[in-house]
Amino acid sequence: MSTLTMTDLTKLLRACAGDAEHADLDGDVLDETFADLGYDSLALLELSGQIKQRYGVALPDDAARVTATPRQFLALVNSLS
Amino acid sequence: MNRAVITGLGVAAPNGLGVDAYWSATLAGVSGIGRITRFDPSGYPAVLAGEVPGFDPAAHLGPRLLPQTDHMTRLALVASDAALADAAVVPQRLHEYAMGVVTASSSGGFEFGQRELEKLWSGGPQQVSAYQSYAWFYAVNTGQISIRHGMRGPSGVVVADQAGGLEAVAHARRRIRRNTRLVLTGGVDGSICPWGWVAQLAGGRLSGRDDPGTAYLPFDARACGHVPGEGGAILVAEDLDCARERGARQVYAEIAGYASTFDPAPATGRGPALRRAVQLALADAGLRPADIDVVFADAAGVPALDRSEADAISAVFGPGAVPVTAPKTMTGRLYSGGAPLCP
Repeated sequence: MSTLTMTDLTKLLRACAGDAEHADLDGDVLDETFADLGYDSLALLELSGQIKQRYGVALPDDAARVTATPRQFLALVNSLS
Repeated sequence: MNRAVITGLGVAAPNGLGVDAYWSATLAGVSGIGRITRFDPSGYPAVLAGEVPGFDPAAHLGPRLLPQTDHMTRLALVASDAALADAAVVPQRLHEYAMGVVTASSSGGFEFGQRELEKLWSGGPQQVSAYQSYAWFYAVNTGQISIRHGMRGPSGVVVADQAGGLEAVAHARRRIRRNTRLVLTGGVDGSICPWGWVAQLAGGRLSGRDDPGTAYLPFDARACGHVPGEGGAILVAEDLDCARERGARQVYAEIAGYASTFDPAPATGRGPALRRAVQLALADAGLRPADIDVVFADAAGVPALDRSEADAISAVFGPGAVPVTAPKTMTGRLYSGGAPLCP
Protein backbone atom coordinates (compact mmCIF):
# COMPACT_ATOMS: atom_id res chain seq x y z
CA MET A 1 0.00 0.00 0.00
CA SER A 2 0.97 3.62 -0.31
CA THR A 3 2.14 5.42 2.79
CA LEU A 4 -0.57 6.26 5.33
CA THR A 5 -0.68 10.02 5.83
CA MET A 6 -2.03 12.21 8.60
CA THR A 7 -4.87 13.16 6.25
CA ASP A 8 -5.83 9.48 5.89
CA LEU A 9 -5.57 8.94 9.63
CA THR A 10 -7.73 11.98 10.40
CA LYS A 11 -10.41 10.76 8.03
CA LEU A 12 -10.40 7.27 9.55
CA LEU A 13 -10.47 8.54 13.12
CA ARG A 14 -13.42 10.81 12.41
CA ALA A 15 -15.31 8.01 10.70
CA CYS A 16 -14.79 5.29 13.27
CA ALA A 17 -14.38 7.07 16.60
CA GLY A 18 -15.85 10.52 16.00
CA ASP A 19 -14.21 13.92 15.67
CA ALA A 20 -11.93 15.17 18.46
CA GLU A 21 -13.89 17.28 20.93
CA HIS A 22 -11.15 19.48 22.32
CA ALA A 23 -8.75 19.78 19.38
CA ASP A 24 -8.77 20.42 15.64
CA LEU A 25 -7.49 17.31 13.89
CA ASP A 26 -6.73 19.44 10.84
CA GLY A 27 -4.32 21.51 12.93
CA ASP A 28 -0.84 20.52 13.99
CA VAL A 29 -1.62 17.49 16.15
CA LEU A 30 0.98 14.96 14.95
CA ASP A 31 2.74 15.05 18.30
CA GLU A 32 -0.26 15.49 20.56
CA THR A 33 -1.10 12.36 22.52
CA PHE A 34 -4.24 10.49 21.60
CA ALA A 35 -5.28 10.87 25.22
CA ASP A 36 -5.04 14.66 24.96
CA LEU A 37 -7.04 14.54 21.75
CA GLY A 38 -9.73 12.60 23.61
CA TYR A 39 -9.20 9.15 22.09
CA ASP A 40 -9.03 6.21 24.50
CA SER A 41 -7.66 2.73 23.91
CA LEU A 42 -10.98 1.52 22.52
CA ALA A 43 -10.94 4.27 19.90
CA LEU A 44 -7.47 3.11 18.86
CA LEU A 45 -8.66 -0.50 18.77
CA GLU A 46 -11.44 0.62 16.45
CA LEU A 47 -8.88 2.49 14.36
CA SER A 48 -6.67 -0.60 14.18
CA GLY A 49 -9.63 -2.60 12.90
CA GLN A 50 -10.17 -0.05 10.15
CA ILE A 51 -6.49 -0.14 9.19
CA LYS A 52 -6.70 -3.93 8.91
CA GLN A 53 -9.85 -3.80 6.81
CA ARG A 54 -8.86 -1.04 4.46
CA TYR A 55 -5.12 -1.53 4.11
CA GLY A 56 -4.61 -5.16 5.13
CA VAL A 57 -2.09 -4.14 7.75
CA ALA A 58 -2.46 -6.13 10.97
CA LEU A 59 -1.28 -4.10 13.96
CA PRO A 60 -0.12 -5.87 17.11
CA ASP A 61 -2.63 -6.07 19.97
CA ASP A 62 -0.62 -3.60 22.03
CA ALA A 63 -0.53 -0.96 19.27
CA ALA A 64 -2.68 1.36 21.37
CA ARG A 65 -0.25 1.13 24.25
CA VAL A 66 2.97 1.62 22.31
CA THR A 67 1.82 4.45 20.03
CA ALA A 68 0.98 7.49 22.08
CA THR A 69 0.75 10.02 19.24
CA PRO A 70 -0.46 10.12 15.63
CA ARG A 71 3.19 10.37 14.47
CA GLN A 72 4.08 7.16 16.30
CA PHE A 73 0.94 5.43 15.06
CA LEU A 74 1.66 6.37 11.43
CA ALA A 75 5.26 5.22 11.79
CA LEU A 76 4.11 1.84 13.12
CA VAL A 77 1.54 1.31 10.35
CA ASN A 78 3.97 2.37 7.62
CA SER A 79 6.74 0.16 9.01
CA LEU A 80 4.45 -2.87 8.73
CA SER A 81 3.00 -2.22 5.29
CA MET B 1 -32.57 7.42 58.38
CA ASN B 2 -31.77 9.53 55.32
CA ARG B 3 -34.82 10.56 53.33
CA ALA B 4 -34.57 10.19 49.55
CA VAL B 5 -36.25 12.91 47.51
CA ILE B 6 -36.52 13.75 43.82
CA THR B 7 -35.08 17.14 42.91
CA GLY B 8 -34.62 16.98 39.14
CA LEU B 9 -36.46 15.52 36.14
CA GLY B 10 -35.23 14.66 32.66
CA VAL B 11 -37.73 13.31 30.15
CA ALA B 12 -37.55 11.76 26.71
CA ALA B 13 -41.07 10.69 25.77
CA PRO B 14 -42.83 9.91 22.50
CA ASN B 15 -45.25 12.76 23.15
CA GLY B 16 -42.59 15.26 24.14
CA LEU B 17 -38.83 15.63 24.47
CA GLY B 18 -38.22 17.49 27.72
CA VAL B 19 -40.38 17.89 30.81
CA ASP B 20 -42.36 20.88 29.55
CA ALA B 21 -43.24 19.37 26.17
CA TYR B 22 -44.16 16.05 27.78
CA TRP B 23 -46.26 17.59 30.51
CA SER B 24 -48.19 19.89 28.13
CA ALA B 25 -48.89 16.94 25.82
CA THR B 26 -50.00 14.78 28.74
CA LEU B 27 -52.38 17.41 30.09
CA ALA B 28 -53.79 17.99 26.61
CA GLY B 29 -54.15 14.26 25.92
CA VAL B 30 -51.77 14.40 22.95
CA SER B 31 -50.51 10.96 21.93
CA GLY B 32 -47.08 10.19 20.55
CA ILE B 33 -48.11 6.88 19.00
CA GLY B 34 -47.88 6.54 15.24
CA ARG B 35 -46.64 4.38 12.40
CA ILE B 36 -43.02 3.34 12.89
CA THR B 37 -40.48 5.53 11.10
CA ARG B 38 -37.21 4.14 12.52
CA PHE B 39 -37.54 1.21 10.11
CA ASP B 40 -40.07 0.13 7.49
CA PRO B 41 -42.68 -1.91 9.41
CA SER B 42 -44.47 -3.14 6.28
CA GLY B 43 -44.81 -6.87 6.48
CA TYR B 44 -44.72 -6.99 10.28
CA PRO B 45 -47.90 -7.85 12.19
CA ALA B 46 -47.51 -4.71 14.35
CA VAL B 47 -46.74 -1.32 12.79
CA LEU B 48 -47.30 1.26 15.54
CA ALA B 49 -44.89 2.59 18.17
CA GLY B 50 -44.23 5.67 20.25
CA GLU B 51 -41.09 7.36 18.91
CA VAL B 52 -39.45 10.38 20.55
CA PRO B 53 -40.00 13.32 18.18
CA GLY B 54 -37.44 15.86 17.04
CA PHE B 55 -34.39 14.25 18.60
CA ASP B 56 -31.12 15.37 17.04
CA PRO B 57 -28.33 13.56 18.91
CA ALA B 58 -25.55 15.62 17.33
CA ALA B 59 -27.11 18.78 18.75
CA HIS B 60 -26.83 17.42 22.30
CA LEU B 61 -23.86 15.06 22.38
CA GLY B 62 -20.24 15.49 21.31
CA PRO B 63 -18.90 13.73 18.21
CA ARG B 64 -16.92 11.16 20.23
CA LEU B 65 -20.10 9.70 21.73
CA LEU B 66 -22.01 9.18 18.51
CA PRO B 67 -20.07 6.20 17.09
CA GLN B 68 -20.26 4.37 20.43
CA THR B 69 -23.88 4.81 21.49
CA ASP B 70 -27.22 3.24 20.67
CA HIS B 71 -30.22 5.49 20.13
CA MET B 72 -31.67 4.71 23.58
CA THR B 73 -28.37 5.56 25.28
CA ARG B 74 -28.31 8.92 23.51
CA LEU B 75 -31.83 9.59 24.81
CA ALA B 76 -30.72 8.56 28.31
CA LEU B 77 -27.69 10.88 28.21
CA VAL B 78 -29.79 13.84 27.11
CA ALA B 79 -32.34 13.06 29.84
CA SER B 80 -29.56 12.87 32.43
CA ASP B 81 -28.24 16.28 31.35
CA ALA B 82 -31.74 17.70 31.63
CA ALA B 83 -32.34 16.19 35.07
CA LEU B 84 -29.15 17.68 36.49
CA ALA B 85 -29.88 21.06 34.92
CA ASP B 86 -33.41 20.97 36.35
CA ALA B 87 -32.05 20.19 39.81
CA ALA B 88 -29.32 22.84 39.34
CA VAL B 89 -26.74 20.27 40.36
CA VAL B 90 -23.20 20.81 39.10
CA PRO B 91 -21.53 17.39 39.52
CA GLN B 92 -18.04 18.88 39.45
CA ARG B 93 -18.82 20.64 42.73
CA LEU B 94 -19.62 17.38 44.54
CA HIS B 95 -17.30 14.56 45.49
CA GLU B 96 -17.19 12.01 42.68
CA TYR B 97 -17.75 9.10 45.07
CA ALA B 98 -20.75 10.80 46.68
CA MET B 99 -22.75 10.42 43.46
CA GLY B 100 -24.01 7.17 41.91
CA VAL B 101 -26.04 6.04 38.92
CA VAL B 102 -28.73 3.32 39.05
CA THR B 103 -30.78 2.75 35.90
CA ALA B 104 -33.04 0.00 34.62
CA SER B 105 -32.93 -1.65 31.24
CA SER B 106 -35.03 -4.32 29.58
CA SER B 107 -33.12 -4.99 26.40
CA GLY B 108 -29.97 -2.93 25.92
CA GLY B 109 -28.90 -1.32 22.65
CA PHE B 110 -30.63 -3.54 20.09
CA GLU B 111 -30.44 -1.17 17.13
CA PHE B 112 -26.67 -0.81 17.53
CA GLY B 113 -26.35 -4.56 18.10
CA GLN B 114 -28.36 -5.42 15.01
CA ARG B 115 -26.12 -3.23 12.84
CA GLU B 116 -22.99 -4.91 14.17
CA LEU B 117 -24.49 -8.42 13.83
CA GLU B 118 -25.27 -7.61 10.20
CA LYS B 119 -21.62 -6.65 9.72
CA LEU B 120 -20.58 -9.90 11.38
CA TRP B 121 -22.70 -12.02 9.06
CA SER B 122 -21.83 -10.13 5.88
CA GLY B 123 -18.21 -9.19 6.46
CA GLY B 124 -16.86 -11.26 9.32
CA PRO B 125 -15.61 -10.45 12.83
CA GLN B 126 -13.11 -7.85 11.59
CA GLN B 127 -15.98 -5.62 10.51
CA VAL B 128 -17.61 -5.46 13.93
CA SER B 129 -17.13 -2.22 15.85
CA ALA B 130 -15.07 -2.43 19.02
CA TYR B 131 -17.84 -0.34 20.61
CA GLN B 132 -20.23 -3.28 20.26
CA SER B 133 -18.47 -4.63 23.36
CA TYR B 134 -20.58 -2.32 25.51
CA ALA B 135 -22.97 -0.34 23.30
CA TRP B 136 -25.52 -3.18 23.28
CA PHE B 137 -25.18 -3.97 26.97
CA TYR B 138 -27.89 -3.58 29.59
CA ALA B 139 -25.61 -1.59 31.87
CA VAL B 140 -24.50 0.83 29.16
CA ASN B 141 -26.75 3.72 30.19
CA THR B 142 -25.52 3.60 33.77
CA GLY B 143 -21.93 3.46 32.54
CA GLN B 144 -22.20 6.27 30.01
CA ILE B 145 -24.09 8.54 32.43
CA SER B 146 -21.50 7.82 35.11
CA ILE B 147 -18.62 8.70 32.77
CA ARG B 148 -20.31 11.81 31.40
CA HIS B 149 -20.93 13.34 34.81
CA GLY B 150 -17.98 11.92 36.72
CA MET B 151 -20.15 9.95 39.14
CA ARG B 152 -18.11 7.14 40.65
CA GLY B 153 -20.13 6.25 43.74
CA PRO B 154 -22.27 3.11 44.16
CA SER B 155 -23.90 2.35 40.82
CA GLY B 156 -25.71 -0.46 39.11
CA VAL B 157 -28.35 -1.59 36.67
CA VAL B 158 -31.60 -3.46 37.18
CA VAL B 159 -32.47 -5.70 34.25
CA ALA B 160 -36.24 -5.93 34.17
CA ASP B 161 -39.29 -4.87 32.21
CA GLN B 162 -41.95 -2.48 33.54
CA ALA B 163 -41.10 -3.02 37.20
CA GLY B 164 -37.43 -2.30 36.44
CA GLY B 165 -37.85 1.45 36.55
CA LEU B 166 -39.42 1.17 40.01
CA GLU B 167 -36.72 -1.19 41.21
CA ALA B 168 -34.03 1.24 40.07
CA VAL B 169 -35.62 4.13 41.98
CA ALA B 170 -36.01 1.89 45.03
CA HIS B 171 -32.35 0.96 44.82
CA ALA B 172 -31.43 4.64 44.57
CA ARG B 173 -33.26 5.14 47.87
CA ARG B 174 -31.33 2.23 49.35
CA ARG B 175 -28.03 3.86 48.31
CA ILE B 176 -29.08 7.22 49.71
CA ARG B 177 -30.02 5.59 53.01
CA ARG B 178 -26.49 4.20 53.04
CA ASN B 179 -25.12 7.73 52.70
CA THR B 180 -24.63 8.20 48.98
CA ARG B 181 -25.52 11.84 48.58
CA LEU B 182 -27.04 11.83 45.10
CA VAL B 183 -28.13 9.11 42.66
CA LEU B 184 -29.15 9.62 39.05
CA THR B 185 -31.82 7.00 38.52
CA GLY B 186 -34.72 5.91 36.32
CA GLY B 187 -34.71 4.20 32.98
CA VAL B 188 -34.68 4.91 29.26
CA ASP B 189 -35.47 1.99 26.97
CA GLY B 190 -36.23 1.45 23.33
CA SER B 191 -35.56 -1.13 20.67
CA ILE B 192 -37.62 -0.02 17.70
CA CYS B 193 -35.57 -1.85 15.11
CA PRO B 194 -36.31 -5.13 13.26
CA TRP B 195 -34.34 -7.27 15.71
CA GLY B 196 -35.95 -5.68 18.74
CA TRP B 197 -39.33 -5.80 17.06
CA VAL B 198 -39.35 -9.53 16.35
CA ALA B 199 -38.23 -10.16 19.93
CA GLN B 200 -41.21 -8.18 21.18
CA LEU B 201 -43.58 -9.86 18.70
CA ALA B 202 -42.51 -13.22 20.07
CA GLY B 203 -43.93 -12.20 23.45
CA GLY B 204 -47.40 -12.23 21.88
CA ARG B 205 -48.64 -9.04 23.54
CA LEU B 206 -48.22 -6.44 20.80
CA SER B 207 -51.34 -4.85 19.39
CA GLY B 208 -51.87 -5.67 15.73
CA ARG B 209 -54.16 -2.68 15.12
CA ASP B 210 -52.93 0.09 12.86
CA ASP B 211 -55.16 2.87 14.21
CA PRO B 212 -53.16 4.84 16.82
CA GLY B 213 -56.39 5.83 18.58
CA THR B 214 -57.56 2.30 19.36
CA ALA B 215 -54.40 0.17 19.26
CA TYR B 216 -53.64 0.34 23.01
CA LEU B 217 -56.78 0.34 25.14
CA PRO B 218 -56.02 -1.00 28.62
CA PHE B 219 -58.99 -1.68 30.90
CA ASP B 220 -61.27 -1.65 27.86
CA ALA B 221 -63.40 -4.47 26.48
CA ARG B 222 -61.59 -3.92 23.15
CA ALA B 223 -58.11 -4.31 24.70
CA CYS B 224 -55.89 -6.31 22.35
CA GLY B 225 -52.35 -5.91 23.60
CA HIS B 226 -50.05 -2.90 23.78
CA VAL B 227 -48.08 -0.55 21.59
CA PRO B 228 -44.38 -0.28 22.51
CA GLY B 229 -42.55 3.00 22.75
CA GLU B 230 -39.07 4.36 23.32
CA GLY B 231 -37.82 6.75 25.98
CA GLY B 232 -38.34 7.16 29.70
CA ALA B 233 -37.07 9.46 32.41
CA ILE B 234 -33.94 10.08 34.45
CA LEU B 235 -34.45 11.50 37.95
CA VAL B 236 -32.12 13.18 40.39
CA ALA B 237 -32.59 11.45 43.74
CA GLU B 238 -30.92 13.12 46.71
CA ASP B 239 -30.67 12.92 50.42
CA LEU B 240 -33.16 15.50 51.69
CA ASP B 241 -30.71 17.15 54.08
CA CYS B 242 -28.06 17.42 51.36
CA ALA B 243 -30.61 18.89 48.98
CA ARG B 244 -31.59 21.53 51.55
CA GLU B 245 -27.97 22.24 52.40
CA ARG B 246 -27.12 23.09 48.79
CA GLY B 247 -30.32 25.13 48.46
CA ALA B 248 -32.08 22.87 45.95
CA ARG B 249 -34.61 24.93 44.05
CA GLN B 250 -37.34 22.30 44.38
CA VAL B 251 -38.24 18.99 45.94
CA TYR B 252 -40.76 17.28 43.69
CA ALA B 253 -41.38 14.17 45.74
CA GLU B 254 -40.13 11.77 48.35
CA ILE B 255 -39.53 8.10 47.64
CA ALA B 256 -41.76 7.21 50.53
CA GLY B 257 -42.64 3.56 50.12
CA TYR B 258 -41.71 0.61 47.98
CA ALA B 259 -42.25 -3.14 47.79
CA SER B 260 -41.85 -5.88 45.25
CA THR B 261 -43.31 -9.36 45.14
CA PHE B 262 -43.11 -12.39 42.89
CA ASP B 263 -46.17 -14.08 41.50
CA PRO B 264 -46.40 -17.76 42.45
CA ALA B 265 -45.71 -20.31 39.74
CA PRO B 266 -48.80 -20.84 37.52
CA ALA B 267 -49.37 -24.49 38.57
CA THR B 268 -49.75 -23.67 42.27
CA GLY B 269 -53.24 -22.24 41.91
CA ARG B 270 -52.38 -19.41 44.29
CA GLY B 271 -53.37 -15.93 43.18
CA PRO B 272 -51.15 -13.10 41.95
CA ALA B 273 -49.01 -11.16 44.43
CA LEU B 274 -49.78 -7.65 43.18
CA ARG B 275 -52.20 -6.85 45.99
CA ARG B 276 -49.55 -7.76 48.54
CA ALA B 277 -47.00 -5.53 46.76
CA VAL B 278 -49.37 -2.56 47.06
CA GLN B 279 -50.05 -3.29 50.73
CA LEU B 280 -46.37 -3.71 51.55
CA ALA B 281 -45.49 -0.46 49.77
CA LEU B 282 -48.18 1.37 51.75
CA ALA B 283 -46.88 -0.15 54.98
CA ASP B 284 -43.32 0.82 54.05
CA ALA B 285 -44.49 4.43 53.62
CA GLY B 286 -46.56 4.32 56.83
CA LEU B 287 -49.70 5.24 54.87
CA ARG B 288 -53.26 3.91 54.66
CA PRO B 289 -55.10 3.32 51.37
CA ALA B 290 -57.23 6.41 52.08
CA ASP B 291 -54.07 8.56 52.02
CA ILE B 292 -53.47 7.78 48.34
CA ASP B 293 -54.75 10.36 45.84
CA VAL B 294 -54.04 8.59 42.57
CA VAL B 295 -52.83 5.26 41.21
CA PHE B 296 -50.71 5.05 38.04
CA ALA B 297 -51.62 1.68 36.60
CA ASP B 298 -49.38 -0.72 34.75
CA ALA B 299 -52.15 -1.07 32.17
CA ALA B 300 -50.94 -4.13 30.28
CA GLY B 301 -53.71 -3.94 27.69
CA VAL B 302 -54.27 -7.69 27.98
CA PRO B 303 -57.76 -8.37 29.36
CA ALA B 304 -56.75 -11.02 31.92
CA LEU B 305 -53.85 -8.88 33.22
CA ASP B 306 -55.97 -5.74 33.30
CA ARG B 307 -58.61 -7.64 35.26
CA SER B 308 -56.02 -8.89 37.70
CA GLU B 309 -54.66 -5.36 38.23
CA ALA B 310 -58.13 -3.87 38.62
CA ASP B 311 -58.96 -6.58 41.17
CA ALA B 312 -55.84 -5.79 43.20
CA ILE B 313 -56.57 -2.05 43.18
CA SER B 314 -60.21 -2.61 44.18
CA ALA B 315 -59.22 -5.03 46.91
CA VAL B 316 -56.82 -2.57 48.52
CA PHE B 317 -58.64 0.72 48.00
CA GLY B 318 -62.24 -0.40 47.63
CA PRO B 319 -64.23 -0.41 44.37
CA GLY B 320 -64.06 2.96 42.60
CA ALA B 321 -62.46 4.56 45.64
CA VAL B 322 -59.26 5.92 44.12
CA PRO B 323 -58.62 7.63 40.75
CA VAL B 324 -56.61 5.37 38.43
CA THR B 325 -54.75 6.70 35.42
CA ALA B 326 -52.47 5.34 32.69
CA PRO B 327 -50.77 8.17 30.79
CA LYS B 328 -48.66 5.55 29.04
CA THR B 329 -51.56 5.11 26.62
CA MET B 330 -50.11 8.27 25.01
CA THR B 331 -46.51 7.04 24.85
CA GLY B 332 -46.84 3.30 24.41
CA ARG B 333 -45.26 0.98 26.92
CA LEU B 334 -41.65 2.02 27.49
CA TYR B 335 -40.59 -1.13 29.33
CA SER B 336 -38.07 -0.11 32.00
CA GLY B 337 -38.57 3.55 31.05
CA GLY B 338 -42.29 3.48 31.78
CA ALA B 339 -42.45 3.71 35.55
CA PRO B 340 -39.96 6.59 35.98
CA LEU B 341 -41.89 8.59 33.35
CA CYS B 342 -45.43 8.08 34.67
CA PRO B 343 -45.86 9.31 37.24
